[in-house]
Amino acid sequence: MTGFGSILAQALGLIASGDAALMEIIGLSLRVTLSAVALSCLIGLPLGAAVGAFRFPGRTALCVVLNALMGLPPVVVGLLVYLMLSAAGPLGPLALLYTPSAMVIAQTVLVTPIVAALTRQVVEDLNQEYDEQFKSLGVTGAGRVSALLWDARFSLLTVALAGFGRAVAEVGAVIIVGGNINHVTRVMTTTIALETSKGNLELALALGVVLLGIAVTVNAAVMGLRASAVRSAYA
Amino acid sequence: MIRRSVLSLTAAVTLSLGFSLPVVAQDDFIIVQSTTSTQNSGLFDHILPIFRAATGIEVRVVAVGTGQAIRNAANGDGDVLFVHSKPSEEAFVKNGDGVRRFDVMYNDFVIVGPPADPADVTGMSDVVNALKQIAAAEAPFASRGDDSGTNKAELRLWAEAGIDASAASGEWYRETGSGMGATLNTGTAMGAYIMTDRATWIAFGNKGDYQIAVEGDPKMFNQYGIILVNPEKHPNVKADAGQAFVDWVLSDEGQAAIAGYQQDGQQLFFPNADS
Amino acid sequence: MNIQSGAEAVARRTGLTARGLCYDAGGKRLIDGMDISIAAGRRTVVMGANGAGKSVLLRLLHGILSPASGEVLCEGRPLDCALRARQAMVFQRPVLLRRSVRGNLAFALAAKGVPRRDRGHAVADALEQARLTHLADRPARVLSGGEQQRLAVARALIGGPDLLLLDEPTASLDPGSTHAIEELIQNAYQRGVTIVMVTHDAGQARRIADDVVFLNSGRVVEAGPADQVLNAPQSNAARAWLGGRLYLDSTP
Repeated sequence: MTGFGSILAQALGLIASGDAALMEIIGLSLRVTLSAVALSCLIGLPLGAAVGAFRFPGRTALCVVLNALMGLPPVVVGLLVYLMLSAAGPLGPLALLYTPSAMVIAQTVLVTPIVAALTRQVVEDLNQEYDEQFKSLGVTGAGRVSALLWDARFSLLTVALAGFGRAVAEVGAVIIVGGNINHVTRVMTTTIALETSKGNLELALALGVVLLGIAVTVNAAVMGLRASAVRSAYA
Repeated sequence: MIRRSVLSLTAAVTLSLGFSLPVVAQDDFIIVQSTTSTQNSGLFDHILPIFRAATGIEVRVVAVGTGQAIRNAANGDGDVLFVHSKPSEEAFVKNGDGVRRFDVMYNDFVIVGPPADPADVTGMSDVVNALKQIAAAEAPFASRGDDSGTNKAELRLWAEAGIDASAASGEWYRETGSGMGATLNTGTAMGAYIMTDRATWIAFGNKGDYQIAVEGDPKMFNQYGIILVNPEKHPNVKADAGQAFVDWVLSDEGQAAIAGYQQDGQQLFFPNADS
Repeated sequence: MNIQSGAEAVARRTGLTARGLCYDAGGKRLIDGMDISIAAGRRTVVMGANGAGKSVLLRLLHGILSPASGEVLCEGRPLDCALRARQAMVFQRPVLLRRSVRGNLAFALAAKGVPRRDRGHAVADALEQARLTHLADRPARVLSGGEQQRLAVARALIGGPDLLLLDEPTASLDPGSTHAIEELIQNAYQRGVTIVMVTHDAGQARRIADDVVFLNSGRVVEAGPADQVLNAPQSNAARAWLGGRLYLDSTP
């Protein structure tokens, strides 16, 4: 086993080489994960905000379910989505299995509960602060949800980041519904799994370092945005 | 402000999905359910470009264990099945999931072991006796334990040796429940004997000081078969393109391509289709 | 709906009547059978010791708390959404949104259903009135305490309410800021807005009040024209309070 220094050097070399195959894999990883996170936000933000802002029968049960779903194993999600999209499954005619869209769907299923559950917490706290003012201004229903989401926007960036981290790092779901097909559905994590199974541990680790670098870059960018928001007391 | 941000978010999602759609819309491809051994050895990377140049058809390989590949194909999730477990393949055809099975090629299994060789099997070519010695010495043996073609072949050999290895599961017999590569990574780290196909072993990058201990027994021949998934049972199967791939693999051209694949100066797969 | 800006609108004279109001929280009766009437177009100041029930009363009158029994009537009808929409309230600690000063004002108009294109003019007027024009694009939550409360009052007034409730709006402000808030309140009064304000400050009560309602232990102990209640209080509680003595007996 080579030392970590040489692996780091290999990782930097990989990036510097601008290797077309690697760039394709990184590009697909980002495209799939960012699409899934965007879709999860589209579903999870309003859902979580509604649960956070309103009292209704079954709310506690819904919170428990949302929190529990945060722990869904990616492989289980992969299997569920596989069964849906399989030619033998209900959505078979869409012919989505083994495409990037299938990976987006699987990651969306994986990430939406995380976005919804964390959003619920953020929005519930903010709603407590705003409740009287909103009642006074007569802000109710969808108007209240969207106002809370907007005012929590910088806290919710962190929520989206949590979802991004989960999606970009998971391999269990995308390898089942994507099939790890070269040039079609091969992403960073499935490549790492493949190289590991080929015994190319240094290359696998170097790819892991590249993945980590991407995650760090995305996080730093969002945190920078959030820090400037904190200075404006917007966060 | 809020409506605008929702709109732009929606636009972003639509755009990003839109980017991935052209890949989906392409129709001139088939899906081949196959095994990690063919994929990891690099065989597909060698032969598929040749096939594509000849026919224009793109082949997308889903490489999983033989058991999972057969189940996926039985769900209709694939156009061609290309695996190595003859009894299961024949059952697949008998169930009506496949049209007809053809022999394509073989490689062979080997047992790799640590230099210490605790069961003293190095250099043996009688695999059944070698397994008996391993069991008698209770030397660690790492099994795939994942219902793959390799796993099934290994279990047939244990049965022939008259040893119920699963009784020792968790002791000297260790089932990793994972793919060939993962089992090699695990097995070599624990000093266990491992049965692997030769192709995967040659291409494997984490051999450490392991070497081939047992090889050359005809019982360890590993026959690969190819089957077109039955379009009558699974209407979504791209029968024409799938048949074209099967025909090509069995043709002189395809067989030559398989024979021509080498690593470290060794031929990894030996074509044996009926001509 | 009246979409004129607060600065130009002439308020409809609206009073309030409460009958037999009771309110409980945590097993304690905080408001205990209150009858009260707020005269239209006048400035009513609510006074009383901490825990007398002033803040709860304001919330009941505003309809953001529901009484355990009794009712609040406006123009003879029980308070409903439409009637509540004609009221506005300013809280002791301003709750400002995580937006710019301008954004906070525009939000209140949006909540009233004012179309986007009609908001700009009203916002500009309100900024002018509250002397916040130079801060319009600053994040609201980095303003000073006085500026924040001015913004809160401006936001309450921007929808052109007929009745404005204020819960100790100047409790933690310096004299300059207090003056600015009082000026906003007086301007609103000039336009016909009915004012209901809670204060601990007898001086402020003298400057603003037409009528004074004095509360003790969840009951009205004295109510009447400001002159009378402030200068010749009849109840022990009011006398003690205004005389600057500690009044610990709960019987009026």
